[in-house]
Order: sequence, then C-alpha cells, then structure tokens
Amino acid sequence: MYFCDKYRIVEKKAIASDIYSYIIKCPEVAGIVQSGQFVNISASGHTLRRPISVCDFDRENGLIRIVFEIRGEGTREISRLREGDYIDMIAPLGRGFSFLDDAKHVALIGGGIGVPPLLSIAKHYGEKAQAVLGFKSFDKVILANDFAEYGADVTICTDDGSSGFKGNVLPCFENVLNNEKLDIIYVCGPLPMIRAISEIAEQKAIPCQVSLEERMGCGVGACIACVCKVKRRDKEMFVRVCKDGPVFNSKEVIF
Amino acid sequence: MADLRVNIAGVEFKNPVIAASGTYGFGECYTDLYPLSKLGGISCKGSTIEPKDGNPPSRIAETPSGILNSIGLQNPGIKAFINYYLPTLLKSDTAVIANVAGATLDDYAKACELLDQTDVHMIELNISCPNVKQGGAAWGISCDGAAAVTRAVRKATKKPLMVKLTPNVTDISEIAKAVEAEGADCVSVINTLLGMKIDINTRRPILHNNVGGLSGPAVFPVALRMVWQVARAVKIPVVGMGGISKAEDAIEMFLAGASALQMGTAIFTDPYSPLKVIDGIEEFMDNNGIRNISEMVGQVKPW
Ligand SMILES: Cc1cc2nc3c(=O)[nH]c(=O)nc-3n(C[C@H](O)[C@H](O)[C@H](O)COP(=O)(O)OP(=O)(O)OC[C@H]3O[C@@H](n4cnc5c(N)ncnc54)[C@H](O)[C@@H]3O)c2cc1C
Ligand SMILES: Cc1cc2nc3c(=O)[nH]c(=O)nc-3n(C[C@H](O)[C@H](O)[C@H](O)COP(=O)(O)O)c2cc1C
Ligand code: FES
Repeated sequence: MYFCDKYRIVEKKAIASDIYSYIIKCPEVAGIVQSGQFVNISASGHTLRRPISVCDFDRENGLIRIVFEIRGEGTREISRLREGDYIDMIAPLGRGFSFLDDAKHVALIGGGIGVPPLLSIAKHYGEKAQAVLGFKSFDKVILANDFAEYGADVTICTDDGSSGFKGNVLPCFENVLNNEKLDIIYVCGPLPMIRAISEIAEQKAIPCQVSLEERMGCGVGACIACVCKVKRRDKEMFVRVCKDGPVFNSKEVIF
Repeated sequence: MADLRVNIAGVEFKNPVIAASGTYGFGECYTDLYPLSKLGGISCKGSTIEPKDGNPPSRIAETPSGILNSIGLQNPGIKAFINYYLPTLLKSDTAVIANVAGATLDDYAKACELLDQTDVHMIELNISCPNVKQGGAAWGISCDGAAAVTRAVRKATKKPLMVKLTPNVTDISEIAKAVEAEGADCVSVINTLLGMKIDINTRRPILHNNVGGLSGPAVFPVALRMVWQVARAVKIPVVGMGGISKAEDAIEMFLAGASALQMGTAIFTDPYSPLKVIDGIEEFMDNNGIRNISEMVGQVKPW
C-alpha cells in the first residue's frame, strides 16, 4: 500500500554541508512505513522523481523524517523547499529491513548518505546496536547523536581523519566483529563498502541485509528500470530495487 | 455532456487515454492509487515468446524534459503473461492490449497465435526491437521488414492488430502504408527516439547499453508531427503517443489525426496524469461544444 500526495514539511534543518533533514507530516504514510522503505519525491522541473530513504518515523504523531544530500539538480531543487511548504511524494515504497526477535548484538554499517536509513534500525534495537558510520570528512558527519540517543554504540570514521578514526569503516567493523558475536548486520552505503561487508558476513556466516541504490523510473515496480542481479533458486535474474528491494539479503545479491 | 468513448478497430475504449507499453507493467502497480477501470485501456509490457532478462543496469537516465531507457524488453514470456497476468487484467473493466516483440518472424507469429486463443482485446506489435536475423537492425525501419512482420502476424491471428511504428526512420508514413497494406487494423505512433547521455566525470554513458530510447515531453513535437504525417497517409486509425503530459497535448494529438492516445513517461512524473488528461479533455470538449472525440480527429487546419 502506498500513497501519492503533497505533504507539509514541518521542520527543515541543514545538518551538515549540503545535507538536509526534513520532518514531514503524513499520518497515512507514517502509519504503515517500515524501516528501510523509501519515498519518491517530485523535483520541480524534472521528469523523474528522486528516491530518498525514510530515516525515521513517528507513528503517533504521523511524522516521517528524511535526510538527503545535494548531489545534482534534482536534490538541489528539493532542498529549495522551505518549512511549511508541501512536498510531493509517493510513499512508502519498497521492501524494508526485517528484524531478528532474539538478536543480542547487531551491527549497523553506514557510509555517507547511506547512513540515514539505518537510524530507524538503531531505534528498534536500542542498546543492542553497534553503529559504525563512515564519512568523507567532519563536515559531512550526520546523525551521530541521533544514533547515540537511541542507545546505539557509535563509532565514527572519516576518510581524512578530520573526525573519529581515519580511514574507511572496515577496520572499525572488524573491531566490532572481534569483540561481539554478531547476530545480524545491516549495511547501506557505497557499493564497494557493501560488497566488502557482505563478503565478511558470508565468511563468518552472519546474516546480512543490504540496502541498494539504482536509477529509477516509476519507483513502484512497473517499468523494470531499477534492477540489480540476484541468485534465486540457483538462477541468476534481474529483480527490481524499488519493489523487490531496496533491502536484500546480501547472500543472494550478485555484486 | 461530452462522450469520451472511442472505437478503434472494433474495440471500445471508454475514454481515449491508454497506458503506454512498458510504463505500466501489467496494470498491477498503480492500483493503490486508482483502479485500472479509470483508463481507456492498458498496453501491457512487451512480451516475447520466451522470457527475457533485459539489459544490465543502469537502464534509465534523465535528460532535459525527458528520459532515456534501455530496459531491453525484460519480461516473463508470453505464456506467463497469458496464464498469470491476463486473467486479472480482463476482469479490470478496461481495454487490454497485449504488446508483442520478437527477434524473428516466427517469434512474432507464435506469440500472436497463442494470444489468438485468449480474450485479449487487441494486439500491439512492437516492431522496433533488435532483429537478430538482420544483424541488430530493427524490423520497423524498413517497409519490407515492417510488411513482413505484419503479414506473418496477420496470418496467425484475427485479433484487432495495432502496429507500433518507430520514429527512427526517414519517412514514417511509408512504413505506415506498408503495414496498412498487409492488414494492420491501426497503427500506434511513436515508439522512443534513439538517444544518449554521458557522465562527464567518468566518461561513461549513463546507460549500460550506451544508447537508449528517448521519451517524455521532449519528444512531443516530433511525435505530433509524425502522427500528422501518418494520419494523412493511411485510412486506418492512428493512436498517438510520445510526450503527452497534459490535456492540451492530447487535444493537439487529436487535431493532428490521432483517434486515441497512449501516455507513458508522464506517469512517472505524476501517476495521476492520465486521469488529469481525461478530465481536461472532457472539460475542453464541454467548453467548446464538442460531443465526440471524432469531431476533433484530424481537424487541424494546416496552412
Ligand atoms: C532506494 C534509494 C534510497 C536512497 N536514499 C537516499 C537518502 O536517504 N539520502 C540521500 O541523500 N540519497 C539517497 N538516495 C540517492 C538519491 O536518490 C540520489 O542522490 C538522487 O536521486 C540524485 O538526484 P540528483 O538530481 O540530485 O542527481 P543527478 O545525478 O542529477 O540525477 C540524475 C538522475 O539520476 C538518478 N540518480 C543519481 N544518483 C542516484 C543514486 N545514487 N541512486 C539512484 N538514482 C540516482 C536521479 O534520481 C536522477 O534520475 C537513495 C537512492 C535510492 C535508490
Ligand atoms: C521504461 C519504458 C519502457 C518501455 N517499454 C516498451 C515496450 O516494452 N514495448 C513498447 O512497445 N514500447 C515501450 N516503451 C515505449 C512507450 O510505450 C512509448 O512509446 C514511449 O515511451 C513514448 O511515449 P511517452 O513519451 O508518453 O512515454 C517503453 C518506454 C519506457 C519509458
Ligand atoms: S523504477 Fe520502475 S520498476 Fe523500479
């Protein structure tokens, strides 16, 4: 079930260089949205909508939160919306993350603008979550406090060392691996990072869910533009990121 | 009150707006927003005799006022279409058009033979997909090729037959005449225009297929011109498409000679756009005292 309508932006914040957080009043969407689903936003003057993950939601107050970076003309256009303006979106879309009932230790590995969709997982698991979040540099670091407020243990890495550990998320992730017996891993970020974490997860036989990105047409499963390759029942096939994903079991994805 | 019904090759459409092939799947993806019965019809995703994987991603790119796509005809095959999707579609109170593509004449004929046994309302032939036999060219780019496919299919089915023409030709009206002569009941105009987009930082084309089909508002003037040319060249009805996004575009298409319309890319921008166009056509007709769509068809007054 999804909706297509204009919803009011009740809070807009610039949270890092070129990165914005919107809280949107949309009770019908907030009522059913699942962690890891996304919204498809109309960017004025553009033919295609822009897919953005749901970062957090508040069912009681009918709110969802999105966090996005200006990457090109479409996201720039969306960033021009102001508090009180209406945002035109199709939501909620896709298959989100699933949770393990009896998990004791979970790892959330995020890179850059792949970090936002992991926040609502942190909210679900609270203190059981260890978040390793990687960014380019200190001015791109986002949501570290939000993860901590939900109880997650947060490690920050930056490529240039300007905040937290210097380097990518892998060494810090291996640290977590060595200290805890992980029940499940959730990953979102650049493809090389997702691939590397998936390989480690496979070696250690830890379940791993990845959130993938692909260019989209319709966003609702109709056009088969947004595919990734998976192996199911011993057969390789293209499946839709917008409808069959964006979250996949890492073991079935052919990177 | 305007009467929005149109009859194309014996098939009744409750209004002239049909979802374009490849942009609406098998009708199952937009029912959360409105029932299929609101549309005049649906042209389903192109089906081939065997299932097809399609091209590697990325398969879509945005361009000024349009998009490029290179899906590569990914589909579950004609049998899956007939057994799995068609029964539901036929219960949805709208005209159902099966869109067929193939590599060989035999592929086309076999798929249409199977469809002939069903209750599908119409068959649309996509003759602008790669023709393996002739080394990657397309059936639709020569009069002989287009005529050959139409002839082969005409023998295989009695269903109303719509042949979808590619704009990537020198003279589209010649192709239209060729398929009319072989028994096509109507033509749909146009499929996508071949285009390209390059990422200047990676120097890679955005589409993994390097090139793809251009659609959306950017192609509307070209589509309109081709509908006009084809409508003047043939006697069979013309179904116009290519970049229609608002009611004014639809009216222009009727005036140029289209008897019905298909809309595709505009649905990605606004899933409600077909309904807005239907409402807008009705309003225009009421405001101008037009009772039937046919009163507008081909009524442009060229200089
Ligand atoms: C399921 C999903 C969830 C996402 N979640 C977020 C998020 O929470 N925050 C965030 O900042 N970004 C997110 N993205 C990436 C975001 O969609 C792109 O950064 C954005 O579409 C770029 O648009 P643009 O006009 O600024 O850039 P341009 O490069 O000008 O866009 C041109 C075209 O390419 C598409 N495109 C470009 N990059 C991407 C990409 N990485 N993924 C998909 N399509 C792309 C655009 O949608 C547009 O159609 C997500 C992508 C997907 C698929
Ligand atoms: C993503 C996509 C997939 C398409 N797939 C098909 C197809 O399978 N068969 C076909 O005949 N046309 C296909 N088309 C072409 C459309 O049906 C239509 O002719 C074209 O997009 C122009 O109309 P528009 O500008 O309204 O989209 C496809 C178009 C798009 C954008
Ligand atoms: S974007 Fe159309 S199927 Fe995914």
